[in-house]
Amino acid sequence: MKREVPLLLTAAIGLFMILSFFVPHHAVSVPADFLQQSAVIVVAFGIVLGGANLLRVNLEAVVKRQGDWPYKVVLIVSLVATVLVGLIEGRDFQAAGTRSTWIYDQVYSPMSSAMFALLAFFIASAAFRAFRIRTPEAGLLALAAFIVMLGRVPLGHVLTAGLPPALRIENLAEWIMDVPQNAAKRAILIGAALGVMATGLRVILGIERSYFSGED
Amino acid sequence: MHRGARLSLCALLLALLAPAAHAQPTAITGAPPVIIPEAAPPQSPATPRPPGSPPAPQPARGLVWKDVADDAGRALDLAWQLSPDDTTGSTVLRGYVIMRSESPGGPWALVDSVPAGLAAFRDQSAGLRRDVEYFYRVDTHGPGGVTPAGSLTGPAIATSQWFNATRWSVLLLTMIFFAVVLFFIQNAQGEGKKPFVRRIPGIDAIEEAIGRATEMGRPVLYVPGVQDIEDMQTVQALIILESVARTTARYQTPLKVPVTYPIPFTIAQEMVRGGYLHEGRPENYDPDSVTFVSPEQFAYVAAITGIMMRDKPAAHIMLGAFFAESLLLAETGFATGAIQVAGTANADQLPFFVVACDYTLIGEELFAASAYLSGEPKLVGSLKGADFMKILVIALVLVGCLLETSGQHGLTQWLATQ
Repeated sequence: MKREVPLLLTAAIGLFMILSFFVPHHAVSVPADFLQQSAVIVVAFGIVLGGANLLRVNLEAVVKRQGDWPYKVVLIVSLVATVLVGLIEGRDFQAAGTRSTWIYDQVYSPMSSAMFALLAFFIASAAFRAFRIRTPEAGLLALAAFIVMLGRVPLGHVLTAGLPPALRIENLAEWIMDVPQNAAKRAILIGAALGVMATGLRVILGIERSYFSGED
Repeated sequence: MHRGARLSLCALLLALLAPAAHAQPTAITGAPPVIIPEAAPPQSPATPRPPGSPPAPQPARGLVWKDVADDAGRALDLAWQLSPDDTTGSTVLRGYVIMRSESPGGPWALVDSVPAGLAAFRDQSAGLRRDVEYFYRVDTHGPGGVTPAGSLTGPAIATSQWFNATRWSVLLLTMIFFAVVLFFIQNAQGEGKKPFVRRIPGIDAIEEAIGRATEMGRPVLYVPGVQDIEDMQTVQALIILESVARTTARYQTPLKVPVTYPIPFTIAQEMVRGGYLHEGRPENYDPDSVTFVSPEQFAYVAAITGIMMRDKPAAHIMLGAFFAESLLLAETGFATGAIQVAGTANADQLPFFVVACDYTLIGEELFAASAYLSGEPKLVGSLKGADFMKILVIALVLVGCLLETSGQHGLTQWLATQ
């Protein structure tokens, strides 16, 4: 029973949600919407579990004086302070001018942007490695990248302005992006979509059972 | 609603209410429709205007309605003939205001407004109820005032349908897909032996990476993507986690699994626990091996890169849905010298993983991983089914290309969905 009931529930709800894709009638769409909203509520409860785990793991690390414990103190203080400020401000904590908004805009947002900005440097270092020509395939990759990059800047346009339109670098770059690049990308997407469907079917039919943990 | 149209709408409401001596002031509160008591009926004269002001626009005519097909009775389509004043360069007319009522005599509720030049509107406002009779009118407004509609239409009824007729193609292909997968699963089950599957180096490398971490006495870091459980890539990443946990349990190597969202976090805990249990080493399971971090993308990245730099795991396994953080994680991991196995179905992120990781699972390989790792005939049979479907899709693409080239659009139209 411990296995059969969850399997039955998964199969029934899974098939019902597939049905709702084809049947727009309110007899199906209303319960389907309800199920989706229920999932949101379950997720909201889940955040309590997540928060509790975060606190427990980091408090333990501080108590045991693990190597990086000062970082964990910062995390715990930030977490508790943000939650407290939000609780004090109540349901309007996201309104303009609140302390919660200030914390988000002035503390979290700049740090998040700083993390994102690191991407520029990482792209440079990754591109340096990617474009080292060691094999014929790597040579093709480097050539395509050279054309696309030069085709996106005014210098490239100026350099090839005198050539016939088909040979101008901006048109070559456009062709690479629209034809070979797009074809490969769509092939990957179609394969992935079929993989998603196969996985979904395996879960719905109970063939994929690893999510049942180790209990029989 | 356009900003200009919204301003015009306020002017229109004031203009509508002003001449009616018995009308009560009505607050405009935003989203809910504004009820206008005893608004001017159709065919009534336009709002009076002071001398010297621009003329009121002429009304729109020929208003018709149509129930939106293939929906749950939540929308109605309206169409009308443009006002004669709705011409290029004309300043007399600014736009049209759509009013709705449950009876031809009102009271009328404001639904929305559209700028000049548009002669159609889809009413899918929250207030619209299915199987209820509505009447609509479309007023014109401009600097010279408001002209009530030349005609109204109704009773218009939004009904829900039992089948979305634009999805026949999807239904047929889904049924074929399910039938083929089930056939191959049944076949594999009947024969009892694992069907042939090509070698997938990226998946084979997972055990190699864990083995290397064991030799070095360092932990394995498993990152199941940055999406919640509704993304099938996250589901797949969590399914693979069970196999990874079995291997780390077998090799007695510490495993670290930082997770973004609460639901994947609880499932990941179960998966790791199950892996240790299946391997017969439940006592080695560390409840703190799976930790919740943050659903915020870059906060999560900061935490993972911190783990990479401080704890120096010898193997990084990154499987699931990744976005801008893919290169941040992979490059940081590369800098630490760890062996890296990554996989995602997000085609835009694959080049970053290919460049910065030792092995990459490309698209569908990610979804094949659990079947490949388990070796169960039933699971591998489903891969065969997906492969067969791929051949069918390739054939459809080729036939579609030929038909489109010869000017036949029937197949393309049949495959298009709404």
